[in-house]
Amino acid sequence: MGQLSDYKNIWVFIELDNGTPKSVGLELVAAGKELASETKEQVVAVVIGSRAEEAAQIAIEHGADSAVIVDSAEYASYSTDAYTNAMTQLVDKYQPSVILIGATTNGRDLGPRLACRLQTGLTADCIALAMDGETGNLEWTRPAFSGNLMATIVCERTRPQIGTIRPGVFKKNLPEQGRTGRVVVETISTPSEKIRTKIIEFVKNAEDGGIQLKDADIIVSGGRGLGSAENFSYIRNLAAVLGAAVGASRATVDAGWIPYSHQVGQTGKTVRPKVYIACGISGAIQHRAGMSDADTIIAINKDPDAPVFSIADYGIVGDLFEILPVLTEEFSRLKRE
Amino acid sequence: MNILVCIKQVPDTTEIKINPETNTLIRQGVPSIVNPFDTYALEMAARLKDAAGGEITVITMGPEQAANALRECLAAGADKAYLVNDAAFAGSDTLATSKILAKVCEKTGPFDIIFCGKQAIDGDTGQVGPELAEYLDMAQITNISELELSGAGIKGKKEFGDGYEVVEARLPAVVTVTKTLYEPRYPTIKSKMAARRAQIDKITFADLELEADSIGLKGSPTRVKKTFVPQAKGNGVIIQNEPADTAARKLVALLGENKLV
Amino acid sequence: MENYLLMTEEQKELVGMLRAILEKELAPIIEEYDELGEYPMHVHEILCEAGFSAAMIPEAYGGLGLSQETLAILNEEMGKFDAGFGCSFSFACGGIKTVLLAGTEEQKQYYADRILNGGISCTCITEPEAGSDVAALRTTAVKDGEEYIINGTKAFISNGPIADTFTVLAVTDKEKGTRGMSIFIVEKERGVKVGKKENKMGIRMSPTSEVIFDNVRVPAGNLVGNEGEGFKIFMKSLVRSRPLIMSFAVGIAQKALDLSTAYAKERKTFGSPIIKNQGVSFLLADMEIQIQAARNLILYAARCADAGMDLTSASASAKTFASEMAMKVTTDAVQVFGGYGYSKEYPVEKLMRDAKIFSIFEGTNQIQRVILGGYLAKK
Repeated sequence: MGQLSDYKNIWVFIELDNGTPKSVGLELVAAGKELASETKEQVVAVVIGSRAEEAAQIAIEHGADSAVIVDSAEYASYSTDAYTNAMTQLVDKYQPSVILIGATTNGRDLGPRLACRLQTGLTADCIALAMDGETGNLEWTRPAFSGNLMATIVCERTRPQIGTIRPGVFKKNLPEQGRTGRVVVETISTPSEKIRTKIIEFVKNAEDGGIQLKDADIIVSGGRGLGSAENFSYIRNLAAVLGAAVGASRATVDAGWIPYSHQVGQTGKTVRPKVYIACGISGAIQHRAGMSDADTIIAINKDPDAPVFSIADYGIVGDLFEILPVLTEEFSRLKRE
Repeated sequence: MNILVCIKQVPDTTEIKINPETNTLIRQGVPSIVNPFDTYALEMAARLKDAAGGEITVITMGPEQAANALRECLAAGADKAYLVNDAAFAGSDTLATSKILAKVCEKTGPFDIIFCGKQAIDGDTGQVGPELAEYLDMAQITNISELELSGAGIKGKKEFGDGYEVVEARLPAVVTVTKTLYEPRYPTIKSKMAARRAQIDKITFADLELEADSIGLKGSPTRVKKTFVPQAKGNGVIIQNEPADTAARKLVALLGENKLV
Repeated sequence: MENYLLMTEEQKELVGMLRAILEKELAPIIEEYDELGEYPMHVHEILCEAGFSAAMIPEAYGGLGLSQETLAILNEEMGKFDAGFGCSFSFACGGIKTVLLAGTEEQKQYYADRILNGGISCTCITEPEAGSDVAALRTTAVKDGEEYIINGTKAFISNGPIADTFTVLAVTDKEKGTRGMSIFIVEKERGVKVGKKENKMGIRMSPTSEVIFDNVRVPAGNLVGNEGEGFKIFMKSLVRSRPLIMSFAVGIAQKALDLSTAYAKERKTFGSPIIKNQGVSFLLADMEIQIQAARNLILYAARCADAGMDLTSASASAKTFASEMAMKVTTDAVQVFGGYGYSKEYPVEKLMRDAKIFSIFEGTNQIQRVILGGYLAKK
């Protein structure tokens, strides 16, 4: 590692999903632009994989100043070894000051491997970023203790500063059609003996005929208060009227009332819908860890002391078996009007 | 097979409370548990050992009382345990921690496969597994819910939000484990009693070949600048003591007013 | 905080292990299995795997050899979840007790192996015409060469429907009354038949039925002790196990108190929680007193058993007191819950149903008083 001042610019790792940039990469381009404005630096999109040139263009249209791409057969799918090798060689050549990576499964696979190879600091799963214009030190803020505590981390003595950031925290910019920027093609090969993992197949989750949790704007979620598997019908009815996805607490999944794919929480999915309606869910820490970032939280529970009410924007203390049918009917009526 | 499981003793985050005056976490009286993802990792390792034979070593870097967590693991399938403990290690971030653990692996190994929980529920970083793999120059598969032996290596079920990948890796490898479909085995009375009497060796700074400034605060590129308790939203509009249909209609009206649905 | 403050570290660890398993595996299915009147075998198997079936078997035969005191503490914990389950689990291992007292080394190891390998035992004494009056026993065991042929019907036998190993009291010499009775180990595969399952008021998870011996042949080696000693051996065994079975009743009562207290703190009438009314809090206080007394009387009997002391008074006193205590406490618990207590939607009516049996089986409380009267008269 050279002098800290040798390191410049904010790099954004653009993760691909079958050749298309995942939203999180574009969100981080927007975030990068804000940060770069403090230090008068550039935002560079890094794309590794197939159809990298197209993806780089999209990143530039969403605000990246330039892009660096690596596109050969060994990068067609993600692998720890190939991607870490490529990124390391790029970093050694270009010396970025900051690298932003989406905190997806593969983002959190790559980040620490890369950070260790570069012997630098990594901050994972961030929900806020702030740049100190004078020092070029980024302040990374992230949750700890299952969301009970926030910590602000800095990486002052090494470069690059690397972080993984939660999808959905930042909003991507509107694309500027035809916006141009320099796209540099780098040729980096990773020999196959060095790639120690292989993807045999990808199996998609069986869709049980509903809106997927991760895409949903509205989620209606059921908890132990429902009392039985059959009573999920109350949740499904409301969800159907609202065009919402169906979520569930761990207790209901453990009891076998609904498949694990619906579980929201620390050992289930983390969701960030516009509206999250928690019915018969007490709101224990583990569940909150999965949904507390929703824009609006609505809670329905017969226990006025349920912890879920402390994070709810709206709520009703009462019997969900009486309340949900009325809600369903009211929303249904509004829809018709 | 020579198997290693890395564990961490963590506070039970469901029991954590906030001190309203100082706005800090109250850790006093919070029970300590083995990190839940590590218990799944140990169970996965135990099943691998049942299938392929071998020995399971469990290690943790932590204070003296972390030995209790090691004993729980000895009662639930592990054969040997080491406590990695030294004042010199205090203040280590994930990079420094992984460096220390890598040296411990070199000393107590070599291992064919290393299991870690996908993340600790206190730190929530998920970084030590991959960083350990990098230091040891091993293949890695993260976020797996199932594992089996396959040819010359292993096959893991790597979980994604919308499905899973079947990934093959050559050994030696590090895997990080998320929630499995099966629950960790219950300890038996015999294994609990044996675990209570078991010898747990301590590994200190003096036992490892490490530079003093590559560990602890000096060896940590990241630093915690500050911590704070997130603002509980509070102040929500909670409708109480109203009959169901009135309450429900009020809620719908409120949501409509604020254009939320 | 635990209700019994003097547990050793080992006892705390064992209770912790037991509680963890029962909370996860039994608690969620109690209502369902009580309604069905079925014994959850899968929970039984999990407990066996964890080592709890080895608890009362001496180490010499592959068991854990836990003390009577520790067993009493564990039984109370089980009783807090479901006394029926606890009774059946205990009886499933308990058929070995008379064999441990009077059997040959070979018999002890044989029976221990059967249990440690997941077998379920049951004890067959009572008959349709012979409950308290054991002398009226009619099941016979007739010697025929190197075998005995057993004929008769046993009634109200706990674990009858699920057992594979039966410890049976039968008449070998009709002329000698109770001195003409003998104990036999009878394996199910020898042709033991089971009658229909009883539809009981309480402890419904513990399956009970008639057990029928129709020309069942057992080798002479299955005789435990000598001919004619059976009654004496059983009396010696039952006086030890009786207090431990009563621990389940203490568990029932403790659960009833915990539920009533929680309810009384929440339920408001006339503007405040009912626990603020001395009418209610005094009821709860009396429950607490009675439970503490029963628990400790049982532990006293257990410790006397561990020390090899005479158990006549301790056992009969603990049995009578604990069973009557459990009935009173559960009845009062239903009272605290008021109308809700009478409904099956709330958990206390089950506790009252479960409590009743404890004054009847393991020797009725009337017989316990006969024993104590006789004991005092001879002093």
